[in-house]
Formats: sequence, structure tokens, C-alpha cells
Amino acid sequence: MTAPEGRTGTPTGPVPWCDRCGEAAAQGDHRTCAAARALEPPRFCPDCRRRMKVQVVPTGWTATCVEHGDRHG
Amino acid sequence: MSAILDRARAQVLADGVGLDEAGVLEVLRSPDDDLSALLQLAHEVRMRWCGPEVEVEGIVSLKTGGCPEDCHFCSQSGLFTSPVRSVWLDIPSLVEAAKQTAATGATEFCIVAAVRGPDARLMAQMRDGVAAIRAAVDIQVAASLGMLTKEQVDELVEMGVHRYNHNLETCRSYFPNVVTTHSWEERWSTLTMVRESGMEVCCGGILGLGESVEQRAEFAAQLAALDPHEVPLNFLNPRPGTPLGDRPVVEGKDALRAIAAFRLAMPRTILRYAGGREITLGDLGTREGLLGGINAVIVGNYLTTLGRPANADLELLTELKMPVKALSATL
Ligand code: SF4
Ligand SMILES: [Zn+2]
Ligand SMILES: [Zn+2]
Repeated sequence: MTAPEGRTGTPTGPVPWCDRCGEAAAQGDHRTCAAARALEPPRFCPDCRRRMKVQVVPTGWTATCVEHGDRHG
Repeated sequence: MSAILDRARAQVLADGVGLDEAGVLEVLRSPDDDLSALLQLAHEVRMRWCGPEVEVEGIVSLKTGGCPEDCHFCSQSGLFTSPVRSVWLDIPSLVEAAKQTAATGATEFCIVAAVRGPDARLMAQMRDGVAAIRAAVDIQVAASLGMLTKEQVDELVEMGVHRYNHNLETCRSYFPNVVTTHSWEERWSTLTMVRESGMEVCCGGILGLGESVEQRAEFAAQLAALDPHEVPLNFLNPRPGTPLGDRPVVEGKDALRAIAAFRLAMPRTILRYAGGREITLGDLGTREGLLGGINAVIVGNYLTTLGRPANADLELLTELKMPVKALSATL
């Protein structure tokens, strides 16, 4: 897994946590998570694993971690 | 071609009388070899009784997550270990979402809240939000706020909400397998009050919850008896952490058969593609459904998951020569 976000919220560098399932990015297989993310916003902060507050609107989404701020897609 | 298609052609296409439960069941059981003829017939029925227009809608979640109910498919129930957290949308963002929806050509904007039913705070937020949208955006406002009291129904009418969504989700006989915190009958009673108020009734459900084919037919017949203005058809998108999180998605051919069967049960309703179509049917299926009975779409994202980009659907409608229903035609 990689981070922090590009415009789509897709991580672009190595990060510790999977933003879909919240498990360690370096352990286990997150290919299903990565595929599912095409049609889902992130739910876990890839930097700290906190569950983010996520608001989806018709044309995008905003995911907020209290520690690491907003991500948009 | 099977006998049921001949019967449907005579009864539904020619006379506009929907198939009954037994007829819908025969359609749902029809062989793959008949699928293209079935979709063609459902399309003809839609064109004859509804016309070529497609109603385009955007939806937004005003209050996400933390719901006290236990609908087993729902990532917004606070009773499951779903990663969806509770969050409220502020009024400026709500108005902005309505503006962006209107910019796609959509005529409908549905405000949704994850609640058993609205409390005073939610009703106040609705009052302010609907007034702000109506002052700034040319779009019809619909709402989906769970079960209502008669007073709340009247308040929504007064605010100018023109359509109310409340899904029965599945047939009466299967409902207790999916929801235990309220009953199918409680949902039905809200729908009855909405109907009596003069608001348009929007009521559909989700296929792929584990219901049998017989129960799918039962559901179509129960919806036909309700005779809603609109039926949103969802396909289960299994959500992590929910009791139905490991269920398989509906097979594409079964989903298309269901679309056609629901159209043949309800020739005049607005039959809307809602959640789950992307994973169940993909791009090709979206086209086949629009040529098999569907005459409305939700464009853009859903409440907690993402959809196809709005322009992908709009380009497809142009290609299919299906005009987007205009606002003037809906008023
Ligand atoms: S009432 Fe609505 S938001 Fe609440 S759990 Fe059921 S489907 Fe989800
Ligand atoms: Zn993962
Ligand atoms: Zn964080």
C-alpha cells in the first residue's frame, strides 16, 4: 500500500495501513481492497489506521482523519 | 419463445396490465435462450407505456452512519462493525451537491438520512436545507428519512418535498430474515401515509439478499399492489462488516431477468437503476438494462459507495437516443 493522496485519493508512496480494510499494508493480500476502492472511498487513514469521517456526494468524496486532515476524491 | 412471453406481449404490451405474481415467476424462471427476447419485450413495454425519456437523479446523504436499525445489508447500521462512521452534511455542502446534480441535467435530488425515522434536529436540518436548495437550484427535491409520523409527512409536504422514498427492501415473507428491528408492515404504513399526503411514492428494494426466485416474484407483486410512482432497483453490493458482507453478487443474467420481470409487473412505473449495478452488471449491463425496461438512473455516487461518472451514463443515453427527462416535463 502507498500514500498520501493524488487527486483521486489513491496513495502514491508507501504507507503502513490499507485504507479500505485498515490492516497492515505490508501483510496479507490487499488486491481485493485495491480493486474495491475503484467504487468505494477510503475508510481508514493510511497513515495512522484511524477510521475516517467520510462524506460522499454525487461528484466526489471527502475523508477526514483527526490527525492527518482531509483527503478528496 | 416461451408461452409467458406471448402472454406478456398480449396483456402487458397491448393492454398495459402488469403480470401477476405467477407470471413474474415464470419470467424469472425463463431460460437464458429467451433472455434477449424478454429484454426486447420489456423495452417495448417501457417505450409504449412510459416513453423514451429517462429520469436522472442524484442522491446525497445528509446524515451518514450510526443508524439504530439492523438492516443486514447496510453499512450504515450502528449495530455492525462496519467502517462507516457517523457524519452530517452541512447546508452549504448540501446546496453545492444539489447544484452539481442539476448541472448533469438531473431533475431529481434526493436527500437521504440513515435513521429509523427523523427527530426534531433532522427535521430542522431538512427545513433549512430544502429551503436553501429551492432558493438556489432548479431541481425537484425528494427525501428518504425512514419511517414517518403523520405530522412529519405533513411537514415534508409543506417544505415542498415532492417525492418520498421508503423502500420495502424485499418481500414480506423474507423481510424478517433481513431486518429484525422493525417490520415490513411498519414500512408499509409510512408508504400509505405518504400516498395519502399527495407526495409521490418511491419504493423499491434490493435483490440478492438471499431471497428465493419465488420471493423475488412475491416482491414484484407486492410492489405492483402498492403501485409506486417510482421503483428503485438495487442489487446487493456486499458491505464489509455487515451480516450479508460475504454474500455473492447477483448473476448478471438473473439481474437482467429481474429488471424485465419488474417492468412487466409494473408497465407504467419509473423503474430506476440504483445501487449495485456497477458490480453486478458492469458497463455492458447498464446498456442492456436501459434496453430492457429501465427508464431512470441515479447518476454519480451513492450514499457510501461510488458510481460510474455521471458523464458515462449521460453519453450512453445520448448514444441510445434516450432524452433526459426535462424539468418542465416533470412539474
Ligand atoms: S434503516 Fe436505513 S440506514 Fe438504518 S440500517 Fe436500515 S437501511 Fe441502513
Ligand atoms: Zn486491505
Ligand atoms: Zn491519520
